[in-house]
Amino acid sequence: METLEIIKDKETAIKEPVSISGSQAVLEAFIAEGVHTVFGYPGGAIMPIYDALYDYNDKLKHILVRHEQGAIHAAQGFARTSGKVGAVFATSGPGATNLVTGLADAMIDSTPIVCVTGQVFAHLLGTDAFQETDVINITTPVTKWNYQITDATEIPHVLAKAFYIARTGRPGPVLIDITKNAQIQKIDYEGYKKCEHIRSYRPKPIVRKEYVEEAAKLINEAKKPFVIFGQGVILGKAEREFKAFIEKGGLPAAWTVLGLSALPTDHPLNVGMLGMHGNYGPNVLTNECDVLIAIGMRFDDRVTGRLDKYAKQAKIIHLDIDPAEIDKNVKTAVPVWGDCKETLPLLTKLIDKKEHTDWLNKFHEFTKKETEIVINDELHPTGEQLTMGEVIQLLNELTNGDAVIVTDVGQHQMVACRYAKFNQSKSNITSGGLGTMGFGLPAAIGAKYGAPERTVVAIIGDGGFQMTIQELGTIMQFGAAVKILILNNQFLGMVRQWQELFNDKRYSFVDIQSPDFVQVAKGYHIAGSKVSKREELKTALATMLDHKESYLLEVMVSKENNVFPMVPQGCSVSEIRLQ
Amino acid sequence: MSNTKNINDVSHSPSGVGGKLDFTITVYTENQVGLLNRIAIIFSRRKINIESLNVSPSEAEGIHRFTIVISETEDVVKKLCRQIEKQVEVLKAYHNTNDEIIWQEMALYKVPTDIIAEKVKVERLLHQHGARAVVIRKDYTIFETTGHREETEGLIKALEPYGLIEFVRSARVAIIKASNGFHEKLKEFEQTEPGEELVENEFLDKQDEVFTM
Repeated sequence: METLEIIKDKETAIKEPVSISGSQAVLEAFIAEGVHTVFGYPGGAIMPIYDALYDYNDKLKHILVRHEQGAIHAAQGFARTSGKVGAVFATSGPGATNLVTGLADAMIDSTPIVCVTGQVFAHLLGTDAFQETDVINITTPVTKWNYQITDATEIPHVLAKAFYIARTGRPGPVLIDITKNAQIQKIDYEGYKKCEHIRSYRPKPIVRKEYVEEAAKLINEAKKPFVIFGQGVILGKAEREFKAFIEKGGLPAAWTVLGLSALPTDHPLNVGMLGMHGNYGPNVLTNECDVLIAIGMRFDDRVTGRLDKYAKQAKIIHLDIDPAEIDKNVKTAVPVWGDCKETLPLLTKLIDKKEHTDWLNKFHEFTKKETEIVINDELHPTGEQLTMGEVIQLLNELTNGDAVIVTDVGQHQMVACRYAKFNQSKSNITSGGLGTMGFGLPAAIGAKYGAPERTVVAIIGDGGFQMTIQELGTIMQFGAAVKILILNNQFLGMVRQWQELFNDKRYSFVDIQSPDFVQVAKGYHIAGSKVSKREELKTALATMLDHKESYLLEVMVSKENNVFPMVPQGCSVSEIRLQ
Repeated sequence: MSNTKNINDVSHSPSGVGGKLDFTITVYTENQVGLLNRIAIIFSRRKINIESLNVSPSEAEGIHRFTIVISETEDVVKKLCRQIEKQVEVLKAYHNTNDEIIWQEMALYKVPTDIIAEKVKVERLLHQHGARAVVIRKDYTIFETTGHREETEGLIKALEPYGLIEFVRSARVAIIKASNGFHEKLKEFEQTEPGEELVENEFLDKQDEVFTM
């Protein structure tokens, strides 16, 4: 079987239609959309596509994961570091249902993904055939769009729509379910045409100038303006526009977990992290600012704490591309609906050049207090046992903040977000909205394919690592040079922390045993070592980073450390606890 | 089309329970398998009961029209409409209170024919309720009425003593009084660059209210 020439220009269509299979049409679409890496796992109902893939090996790299959940998390990691659409193949039934966690994660974290799942023959639909599940209905709540193809002639334009929907507007996951007969069916292929318009879908709202003007007026009148930003800045590729905006206005800016790395850590206006385990100043001062400017963020409950006591004194300006976000959780005074790549420069032009020195100093005062009570102990502990914070701090020194940091979910995630240093955007990859344990390792594999020239460090806890540990096999086989840093506190630490603080230390099933991770890695031919002493830590981290291939470093850390500050659930952000 | 209303008006309305009112949501969509589910789960996810749901063609070719009735506060209804409009195949979602629409529901009643034949009273009753016989057989007769909920329910009550065999009522269908139909809007949706009309947006159009928090 010969593969077709890639159609580079969307204007060039093949003059004479060629007869190709539906499977080939799928692969042609992927190539035309610029996909060069697919994460997947074969199975009965997707065999025709895998058969076609055999001949596309030189154009389309396929990474065989060890579980479909690994495939979609890898695609998420890929999308987040590359800014492109992540691509996934999986079979019907269990293959498809294994994608659900990743779809939900990508949906809530707005990650552009296109999944193609195989499905039983069209004539078997609804007969409870072998490996048949109603994938479309299962995935409807967790996809931006999904569609079932039963006739191969639909493949080119449906896939064009899939990629267009996944990457435009507020990005999200799209799933295309293709019955086996459609994969086999021959069609007259006339070339691939990218989708540029769907009449019922408006990805980019028109910016209304009067609202930009009103927003600018509020900002110019503000004495204590405060910017809070999220992933929208990264997804909108508006990091530069964002920086220009806060610099002109002298606006202190704090980030959500997903907004992290959009603004360099050491930028003078970067005042830290928002939310439950965020910094002291940004949380307390949310309830003191007079104008709150929210950019590309969605007022998640982990950010806002108790809503009826959230920034009630402030006039709120909300910049978002998704109209459904405006007024969803927090009532907005001025909605600036639009792509922040467009709205931010308009706003920058209208705001006065200012420096809010006194106001900014207030943040610094809070930082000072937080440093005394929390940060010093975390980064420079005097106790014998290692803390997660000091590991991250040493890592910062060695990478100088240039690495991609992928985290799993739990205490190590919050510590990494709080203390990791970042110089460039698209460097912090984590499961923010869904909080998916097991995300870290596969996402790091994908992140490495998305940014092969960068160092990728996966910081993972002992619990989460065991959820997707099988992806070590993927690393072994395909060689993604991911640095795996396990922060082992021998507990499901975050739940343990809550049980300590709120359930009278009744440690219910948080005492988790782990295998010898270094030995496990060795079984997969991945080098590794384990440290628990402070004097060995720096050398061990350097060895991990210097190692050419993947490397696993297990660091034994203090068992019962808590992550502080903390806004307890149901409390206002200004009730944040330092200890 | 005006679909903005001061939220406070609703919450203080004596007719609503806890600020809840009957809202009719009109959704213009593409005709696509699975879209009904996509729209339905927006309600069920939030544990909101759909009182009535009707799907039909609209005046614009190829465009389907959902008419959904729920009882909620206007604040919630607005959020729901935004979630509905967010779906790729949805063109537009409007929400209206009962005074902004003209609506009807149709009901069918199966009654034993002999009773009607025997009792003149029943025939008069049906006549009073504007019921029309659809089928007359020896054993039963089927009547049809069209109207508001209270009217169709009124006839059930009236017929019950005489042995109502079966009853069924359709979903609400509604026309928005202030609507100019969807033909012109659809033309705009078909263009790559939408005009002012399409940019119509409830936050953007309530300029006067926007700054009163």
